[in-house]
Amino acid sequence: MLAILKREFRAYFQSPLGYVFIAALFFFSGFYFFTYNLYSSTTNMSTLFDLLFPVVLFLVPVLTMRLMSEDKRLRTDQLLLTAPVSRLGIVLGKYCAAAAVFIIAVSSTLLEAIVMSFFGQPHWPVIIGHVVGILLLGLTLIAICMFLSALTESQVIAAVSGFVVSLFLMLVDALALVVNNRFLQVVFRNLSFNDRYKPFTVGIFDLPSVVFFISIGALFLFLTLAVLDKDRWR
Amino acid sequence: MIHVQELTKRYGDKLALDHVSFDVQQGEVLGLLGLNGAGKTTTMNILTGYISATSGRAIVDGHDVAREPIEAKRLIGYLPEQLAFYTDMRVREYLDFVCDLKGVKKGRKEHVAEVCERVGIAHMTSRLIRNLSRGYRQRLGFAQALIGNPKVLILDEPTAGLDPSQVIEIRSLIQELGKTRTVIFSSHVLSEVQAVCTRVVVLHNGRLLADDTPENLGRALRSTHRMVARIQGEPAQVQAALAQQEGLTLEVLGQKEPNAYDYVIEGAEGQDIRADVFRALAKADLPLLSTYGNETSLEDIFLHLVAAQRYNA
Repeated sequence: MLAILKREFRAYFQSPLGYVFIAALFFFSGFYFFTYNLYSSTTNMSTLFDLLFPVVLFLVPVLTMRLMSEDKRLRTDQLLLTAPVSRLGIVLGKYCAAAAVFIIAVSSTLLEAIVMSFFGQPHWPVIIGHVVGILLLGLTLIAICMFLSALTESQVIAAVSGFVVSLFLMLVDALALVVNNRFLQVVFRNLSFNDRYKPFTVGIFDLPSVVFFISIGALFLFLTLAVLDKDRWR
Repeated sequence: MIHVQELTKRYGDKLALDHVSFDVQQGEVLGLLGLNGAGKTTTMNILTGYISATSGRAIVDGHDVAREPIEAKRLIGYLPEQLAFYTDMRVREYLDFVCDLKGVKKGRKEHVAEVCERVGIAHMTSRLIRNLSRGYRQRLGFAQALIGNPKVLILDEPTAGLDPSQVIEIRSLIQELGKTRTVIFSSHVLSEVQAVCTRVVVLHNGRLLADDTPENLGRALRSTHRMVARIQGEPAQVQAALAQQEGLTLEVLGQKEPNAYDYVIEGAEGQDIRADVFRALAKADLPLLSTYGNETSLEDIFLHLVAAQRYNA
């Protein structure tokens, strides 16, 4: 697993992808920090983290689009699958590499909080709750988009399907309001990432939401593993 | 070392392997021979754990590839037919990654240097893989297969797409590696298999047609009742000389040299005519310049086996 993690992490920075992803997240968090904290002279980062929700939803598919599909297209999966490494190790190695890049990108928000602490009194437990929330959201999305990447050889298809899922996750709250069917309303409401993410942006450490994100992430990692196993039986 | 038992693989409706069984002993160089689509790559993919068999077992040094894949894969170095690399990596970096994958920790630097030296890429280690020629990529493929000193090497069409001098180099490398390792090597270039392998398994349409040494396979087919000979002298003289021997028929193929003709000489099925022809010509003072047709190449064996299978079917 460590070998795959090392190789994938390095690959992010051997192409512009890793730099662009980190720069984009730094840009958006910096922009919101300037607009909603510095300009408004407040240490409350709730708005910043609230606004980062759609940013993360649309940037994560870019981060994960090549993760599994590139190996299929280049046929480098043969090297990995014939090496003495378990399929779970391959999936976890790739997942952890993307997660590490995401964590680096999200660290910008912590830097901003540290900068604020020189001039004000930020409420650290709340800020840590914010960071945990955005990490849970991002890491869950990485698992979902990695699964989508495992289904195709095309990075473009992987990215586009990731955007579609992200858009669905943004619209799912609205869908719950417009459908008449009671069952679908319950399903859509329970699928809402926004509802699960919201408590973290107001400083509430919501354990059911933590369990929700971890369960969804684990489910999609398992599904990615199932795709690799299915290929073996083709 | 390798035990393949009743291996069957279906791709949907297509039967790619049909109850194939063979064993490979330690230190043996086994050639997998067959036309495209015969089942060679499928067999190798199952042996390396890349795909699973529909039924049957593949065991490498006591480890079932399906049940103990990690242990089995640890023993195998694999060179696939379609070479695929992370082309954004440098040669050294890529081999380091393969070391990580295979868990090579101690003496890694020396090991990588030794492998690079062996396959002739020691001077290319700082090159980006995307800038390597086909020949060097093939060598890099060999290098990654040799990392970790695996007991078993599985080489799928290792000389495909190489120029003749590279083919000779790779062949001698396989022969050298075969002295200390068990090698399974697939090819549809029959002369290559004949030159390199100690045993041959012939596959056709997913079925095992033959499993023997090239010599034994040839012996079964060698024809001693028929020969093509170039003889100095007029056809009438040759005709008269061979007429002394009972049951020989002569056909003139044409004049190939001044005062020398090629002939097809044939006796009854099962009769060894070689000594009789020699004696008859010597008695008539007709020099026998050369003979052809008694050496059975692997091409002949292969075509014979495939034709026999089609006839039986």
